Amino acid sequence: MPANFIPTTADYLRTLPEIILIVAGTLLMLLEGLAGERNRKGTGPIALVAILAAFGAAFLAGLDNRGPAFQNFLIIDDFATFFRLLVLVVGAFSVLCSMSYFERENNDTGEYYALILFSLVGQCLLASSNELIMVFIGLEISSIATYILCGFQRDDRRNNESAIKYFLLGSFATTFLLYGVAWIYGMTGTTKLDEIGKLVADPRAIDTPWMVAACCALMFVGFAFKVSAAPLQSWTPDVYQGAPAPVTMFMSAGPKAAAFAVFLRVFTTGFSTLGESWMPVVWISALLTMIVGNFAALTQSNIKRLLAYSSIAHAGYVLVAIAARSEIGTAAALFYLASYAFMNLGAFAIVTQFSRAKERYVLVEDLAGLSQRQPVTAALFTVFLLSLIGVPLTSGFFGKFYIFKAAIDSKLFWLTVLGLLNSAVAAYYYLRIIVVMYFHEPGQSADTAPAPAPGISITMWASAVMIVVLGVYPGLLLRFATISSFLPK
Amino acid sequence: MPSSPLELYFPLLVQALLGIGLAIGLVGGSFLLGQKVRSKTKESPYECGMAPIGSAGERFSVKFYLVAMLFILFEIEAVFLFPWVVVFRELKMVAFVEMFVFVILIFTGFIYIWGKGVLDWSKSALTQPGSAPVAPSPNARVLSHH
Repeated sequence: MPANFIPTTADYLRTLPEIILIVAGTLLMLLEGLAGERNRKGTGPIALVAILAAFGAAFLAGLDNRGPAFQNFLIIDDFATFFRLLVLVVGAFSVLCSMSYFERENNDTGEYYALILFSLVGQCLLASSNELIMVFIGLEISSIATYILCGFQRDDRRNNESAIKYFLLGSFATTFLLYGVAWIYGMTGTTKLDEIGKLVADPRAIDTPWMVAACCALMFVGFAFKVSAAPLQSWTPDVYQGAPAPVTMFMSAGPKAAAFAVFLRVFTTGFSTLGESWMPVVWISALLTMIVGNFAALTQSNIKRLLAYSSIAHAGYVLVAIAARSEIGTAAALFYLASYAFMNLGAFAIVTQFSRAKERYVLVEDLAGLSQRQPVTAALFTVFLLSLIGVPLTSGFFGKFYIFKAAIDSKLFWLTVLGLLNSAVAAYYYLRIIVVMYFHEPGQSADTAPAPAPGISITMWASAVMIVVLGVYPGLLLRFATISSFLPK
Repeated sequence: MPSSPLELYFPLLVQALLGIGLAIGLVGGSFLLGQKVRSKTKESPYECGMAPIGSAGERFSVKFYLVAMLFILFEIEAVFLFPWVVVFRELKMVAFVEMFVFVILIFTGFIYIWGKGVLDWSKSALTQPGSAPVAPSPNARVLSHH
């Protein structure tokens, strides 16, 4: 037995966020089983406290306890810390909004919060995994919990459709990833990313380089599905539209960021020497993703579906940063994912609130005249939409700016031009919502819109403040993103 | 001694061929040698068992699936316990703690399904909200699922 097999205290401290989340999630399941309907009010706050505790633990681990954990299966570096903190913030706001949502839907249950916690465990593992088996396990923990969350309102047909579609397609896409992992293991005899990186770089170690490229392609399929990149984006609109609004909020910000994290780590640490081979694939995928997302969003009337297509388009921008294959590119991707998470949290918080019981009001037209009935909500929604467009003084502007700057630095001129054209197209469908809110006569749906619940108010305001602060002082986040963008090659 | 990886797999090939051969041999043999008497009873799904009632497209209680799923879950627990026993002496305390954590997690699941009334097949549990109401017919078919 090797001496380092026994876990040390440092190992446990570095993975303390995951441990806290698992313990709290298990506790919620126990409570749900033992106490049943009596203690349901307490489940959301317990989850919230657990996420905050995990946030603290992740922060402390990132501050002065960085390093590998469990024989280098996990690595807690700045990159991992960035994503762990990001997904935990997303999780906390999702829980806040979910508490209001499920109180309204009268379906408040402990399982929901337990599943959110388990999904966060998977995302934290993804952020810090340094080994392909851990990547797979993290992806599955995160995905399986999300599949169930999508269909959480069991008597809602839209929920059922969403969950089944996501589950079937998601499992199928994961097999591609797994197949790639198996091939890589067959060729290199290891699943550790740093060792794979060294072996792939060594021409004597691998006698069939084209097969490594094939592995790259297989794993790209798996990751592209999870980040909803074209041509594997077709599940996104249906799943995002059908899932409960707070789940869509959670899915479009948290798991997506975690999937990008693992995408970046695997392709940078494992396959950076093959960059010439996979860059064109990412290039084409980035362009397709932007075009499909933006042009399909133009004709959408359902606001959840519109935001789903917008989420596809934004994945395309992040892929531009990945195609740049530089540390500046990685930093830009990190900045973009964080700022996009806040825009999405805010926008979906408003959708969650406005849709009302059984999500009856989810059309763009339903927002007509909201500015006259609820000026504050309409103004905040405008901030989120302007940030999604990328208007200056919002974090979305700097997000796009850094991404396209990184692309130009890497001489990706055409992709930059096409990406900028795409942003111009995107402005149309975001501005349409603003026009409907401000220049249309209020209808029955705006007249009856309830005032935002406390949890949703907090999410809206916090997101708006973050967006504006980052739009004015992007350096606050950019410095952290730049430090975190270092990945060993 | 086998020298190449392919030779290592030779016994596996023999076993696979034996398995396929046995299956084909038995079914084919009985097909060739057996007597062929066709009657209504003979062609029924359960020749010597219950007479079929109704069609096969009935809806039936979701509890069948639940039990099947739970069986798989708990069986996996048992599957993990076997290799654990083999290496227990070598790994000592680490293995004990790891398995303890694993069993606790499974046990939590057990308490959860118990609390949810999945294991209770009696009538009282069936009328509780959240569980499928089951008609008192011998087919135990689900009338509606809320």
